Amino acid sequence: MSLVELHAIHKSFGELEVLKGIDLSIDEGQVIALIGKSGSGKSTLLRTINGLEVIDDGVIIVDGKKISDRDADLLGLRLQVGMVFQQFNLFPHYTALENVMLSPQVVKKQSKAEAKQIAEEMLAKVGLADKMMHYPDQLSGGQQQRVAIARALAMKPKVLLCDEVTSALDPELVNEVLAVVRQLAEEGMTLVMVTHEMRFAREVCDKLVFMHQGRIHETGDPEEVFSNPKTPELSSFVGGLA
Amino acid sequence: MSEFSLWDIAYNLLLAARWTVLLSLTAFVLGGLVGLLLLMVRTAGNPWVIRLVRGYVELFQGTPLLMQLFIVFFGLPLIGLDVSPWVAATLGLTLFTSAFLTEIWRGCVESIGKGQWEASASLGMNFTQQMRYIVLPQALRIAVPPTVGFSVQVVKGTAVASIIGFVELTKAGTMITNATYEPFTVYGCVAVMYFLICYPLSLFARHLEGKFRHVAR
Amino acid sequence: MAYKFDFGAIVPHWQLLFDGVILTTELTVIGAVVGVGLGIMGAWARASRAPVISQIVGVYVELIRNTPFLVQLFFIFFGLPALGVKLTEFQAAVLAMIVNLGAYSTEIIRAGILAIPQGQIEAAQSLAMNRVQIFRYVVILPALKKIWPALSSQIVIVMLGSSVCSQIAAEELTFGANYIQALNFRAFEVYFVVTGLYLVMSILLRMGLKVLGNFLFERRRHV
Repeated sequence: MSLVELHAIHKSFGELEVLKGIDLSIDEGQVIALIGKSGSGKSTLLRTINGLEVIDDGVIIVDGKKISDRDADLLGLRLQVGMVFQQFNLFPHYTALENVMLSPQVVKKQSKAEAKQIAEEMLAKVGLADKMMHYPDQLSGGQQQRVAIARALAMKPKVLLCDEVTSALDPELVNEVLAVVRQLAEEGMTLVMVTHEMRFAREVCDKLVFMHQGRIHETGDPEEVFSNPKTPELSSFVGGLA
Repeated sequence: MSEFSLWDIAYNLLLAARWTVLLSLTAFVLGGLVGLLLLMVRTAGNPWVIRLVRGYVELFQGTPLLMQLFIVFFGLPLIGLDVSPWVAATLGLTLFTSAFLTEIWRGCVESIGKGQWEASASLGMNFTQQMRYIVLPQALRIAVPPTVGFSVQVVKGTAVASIIGFVELTKAGTMITNATYEPFTVYGCVAVMYFLICYPLSLFARHLEGKFRHVAR
Repeated sequence: MAYKFDFGAIVPHWQLLFDGVILTTELTVIGAVVGVGLGIMGAWARASRAPVISQIVGVYVELIRNTPFLVQLFFIFFGLPALGVKLTEFQAAVLAMIVNLGAYSTEIIRAGILAIPQGQIEAAQSLAMNRVQIFRYVVILPALKKIWPALSSQIVIVMLGSSVCSQIAAEELTFGANYIQALNFRAFEVYFVVTGLYLVMSILLRMGLKVLGNFLFERRRHV
């Protein structure tokens, strides 16, 4: 059984139907990239996976358990599915270390020492052992995003969702963040990412999902999808990038 | 034994409420004029004038309205002016209003960028022309919602005038209470009447605020 | 005939003014702490998903903001005993201040909460925090920080407004002034001095709130 299964997901914003019946399964250890034009529904799809967007219709099954939109279910879901955002969304009134420690302490009720140990470990992993006492506005965008990754990892999620994690960064800061994501992929972390970094997706991902007008238009092995697109939409999307 | 029906209470309060409205309107209009004057001298003025106006504003914003009314009420007779509660209340509330409005409007004028002053100056306009044709028309639009909002504070401020013996809504409430021994009903009615005066003003201010925000976008 | 000012006539009664300053301070501190607490709860209720509670709080806020404090005070002190709620002058005064500040601070704090970027809340949700945890750890402190100047001003307004509590014979500063001028018939001098005392108190209160704000929102910079 897959770690996450999405069946016939529908989502509308008012009149606009953004997701028109999505089926997707995510296996343990898999690294999936969601690509497509803006407005194709890829970010919305990602956000349904941890319940930030409540779906109108369809079924989400995580680790064999069906998720409803009740609060308890959502909290359980989010314990398993972490998320990193385009805009980092670090908490400005906490240091990097406190940002990472907060949720393990208050949600998982870990002791301060335990939370601190894990937080230090995670921050070291993203290469920020020396910035733990800094506040977010004292860090560069790339550093903030790495703290955000450490913060998500400290909850020991089974899946990590990455929503355009390098799109808000200055070009010279993109690589330090991608290096961290690549390392996670190599360690076997299950990752689902919305990305515009096509070269990175091609190198790192196991599976590419091309979305178009609210549907999964084409999916497959990245090499295969890029070099041999089957649909005119994907080929124009890939061509437009080159 | 109370011989007042609820209708009697409400009727007498309504009569008194006219004085609340009148005092509010007078203080608001006069206070607005004084406030505008202060704004002009401040915007044009030298550092000393600015300091003086700032002190004036801080004095009225940093002391209780009741004390301001007391000082007017007990102070004017000392210089030979015999003042009625009506005159003292009007004068006190006018000064109070002018201090707050001039401060509100200062913020609005200051939000007009330096570029507007410079552009109009380079077109050869003098200060009065700049104010009249360039700055005030823009500032006015921003100023209207908070000004209407402040009118609610003026109406509520008139209640304090009851303490120096001016018979308006609150004072009438006290007098009727003393006659009827029904403070719950009477002060309830008094509160409702203030609410009926103030709430529409609050709603109007909020409406204007929303409208302005729309325009700004 | 020229009036001769005699500020010396106040000196023998300084104790009354001193007691008044103390009581006004007590009223203000209790009113501010509990009132802001009420405002935090009110803002939470206004932002909550339960429409009934939110509307009830909305009505409370509008009722208080659109009626004079003096009338609220009279209603509480003279009106409530009709319902069997009998309060001392001090209790009534402090309750009126709490209720009044609670309404204003509800609106002020709500504005602060609405100014918190949605991304902050989404990040907290993604970390599996529940509503209470999000409010407590992620929302309230930055929200308070944003509106601290407005909240401070409102607290000063409430302190100055407490001068009308003399009308129910709560023995605060203005009550002390009324008492002295009834003894020595030097109304102008007494009110002039007391106005000065209020001015000093409002300046000190403003400074104190600024220091408190710095402390609350302080960063332990380790750089």
